[in-house]
Amino acid sequence: MSRARSIGADGSLGRIWAMLLRYLYLLRSSWPRALELLYWPTLQMLIWGFMSQFLYVNSNYVFRAFGVLLAAVMLWDVLFRGQLGLSISFLEEMWARNLGHLFVTPLRPFEWVLALLSMSLIRVLIGVVPAALLAIVLYHYSIFSLGLPLIAFFAVLLAMGWALGLAICGLILRHGMGAESLAWLAVFTLSPISAVYYPVSILPHWLQHVSWALPSTYVFEGMRALLFQKAFRADYLSIAGALDLVLLALGASAFFLALRDARQRGALLQMGE
Amino acid sequence: MLAPSIEVKDLVKRYPTATAVDGISFTVARGVITALLGGNGAGKTTTLSILLGLLLPTSGNVRVLGEDILRHRYRVLPRMNFSSPFVDLPHRLTVRQNLLIYARLYALRSRRERIAALAEDLQIGAFLDRPAGKLSAGQKTRVALAKALLNEPELLLLDEPTASLDPDTGDWVRSYLEAWQARTGATILMASHNMAEVERMCSNVLMMKTGKIVDRGSPQALIDRYGRANLEEVFLHIVRTRELELEPWS
Repeated sequence: MSRARSIGADGSLGRIWAMLLRYLYLLRSSWPRALELLYWPTLQMLIWGFMSQFLYVNSNYVFRAFGVLLAAVMLWDVLFRGQLGLSISFLEEMWARNLGHLFVTPLRPFEWVLALLSMSLIRVLIGVVPAALLAIVLYHYSIFSLGLPLIAFFAVLLAMGWALGLAICGLILRHGMGAESLAWLAVFTLSPISAVYYPVSILPHWLQHVSWALPSTYVFEGMRALLFQKAFRADYLSIAGALDLVLLALGASAFFLALRDARQRGALLQMGE
Repeated sequence: MLAPSIEVKDLVKRYPTATAVDGISFTVARGVITALLGGNGAGKTTTLSILLGLLLPTSGNVRVLGEDILRHRYRVLPRMNFSSPFVDLPHRLTVRQNLLIYARLYALRSRRERIAALAEDLQIGAFLDRPAGKLSAGQKTRVALAKALLNEPELLLLDEPTASLDPDTGDWVRSYLEAWQARTGATILMASHNMAEVERMCSNVLMMKTGKIVDRGSPQALIDRYGRANLEEVFLHIVRTRELELEPWS
């Protein structure tokens, strides 16, 4: 009667696809949610695009590379959407009080996490790609002109978003829906110290150490190096990748420990709105 | 010889402020319908949650379908299922979408055929494409049963399967479950507050109070033992009698 295509460690592609399908059905069933994916990246792109145009004639900084602010906005959205995309799919299960049903099936937690990560990638692409295309039409700026390093920047920021998302989901599992707002707010606290729109050197000296501990800082400094000096900083990307691995390990640990704790407390049947 | 469907030994679940299950032991044989009875807070849902692997016990051993549920839950979860009117399926997905997802989670081969067969059997075909959140209580119960029977479970755990149903729908669900159990030979363990339902469906009763099993036996044996007219009177006697006055079954 049953057939499971194994992916090792007792994993099943079928179950991962089942969960991914669930989130796609949810996305398809609500146009406001789909619209929301498009809304913020597009709005941000519009605001910062106009600001870029203004600064272009008033600032030497932007004069040196017109797209620096637009690229920063769009790359920042990869991080933000990556984290939010994972957290929202997780919250869908909490809102639906569905954890009790899911965890009496053979679904392994890691399979669920892989489905959440896949859905996060889909949400990021839906949100960011149209905004990037619109920037070409409106401002004649293409983020794709960054070339191959763009793929590396994208990957580093997405992985960092996943790590944050997993940690936030762990906190929600541990503290209940009262911690839901973390899903919307947490990543913004990293914005000022990620050197998104200005160099790290602008920050107070002590804060620079904190900033350099974030993978995102290496991406945005690397982006500026590429735009201003036409230099690809492979060293930055290597450090960012290593930091991502550490953050992913910490985020996944927080998530799986919280899930085990929820099983200790009997929270899986009760969690929800 | 097949192991019993459920073997529980010295099961304890303690929370920081309360003991929900206090050293219970019981066995449920294969192919029978057993009821877990008790007042609110007696430990029924906690026991079911532990059997499902949703809740980790403080101590004790739990074997389900011959496997240690704490160590090998993924061996046994494909062979069992669960239904509760208190845990809805996701509201925004249609019934068909929900069932398809669960069919995939159970790695079923002929998913659409299985859903079509269950839809006919449980008379849910008319609203397969309706969002699950827009169903009546009776329709939701039948859909939840369809989900619970997707993988043709050897063990079905039910939490108050006919709660909040009108008498006609409740009777339909009971008849369906009886026929399904007789046809498949599966084991059912159900928590219920409906004593008439338990008398009708169950061959064995586990009576819980404050986390302990205080009595057990067939419905008729319990009625005879307490000299009452029906199981409801037995239930009321047990829940209203102070714990010290009851001699826990041993």
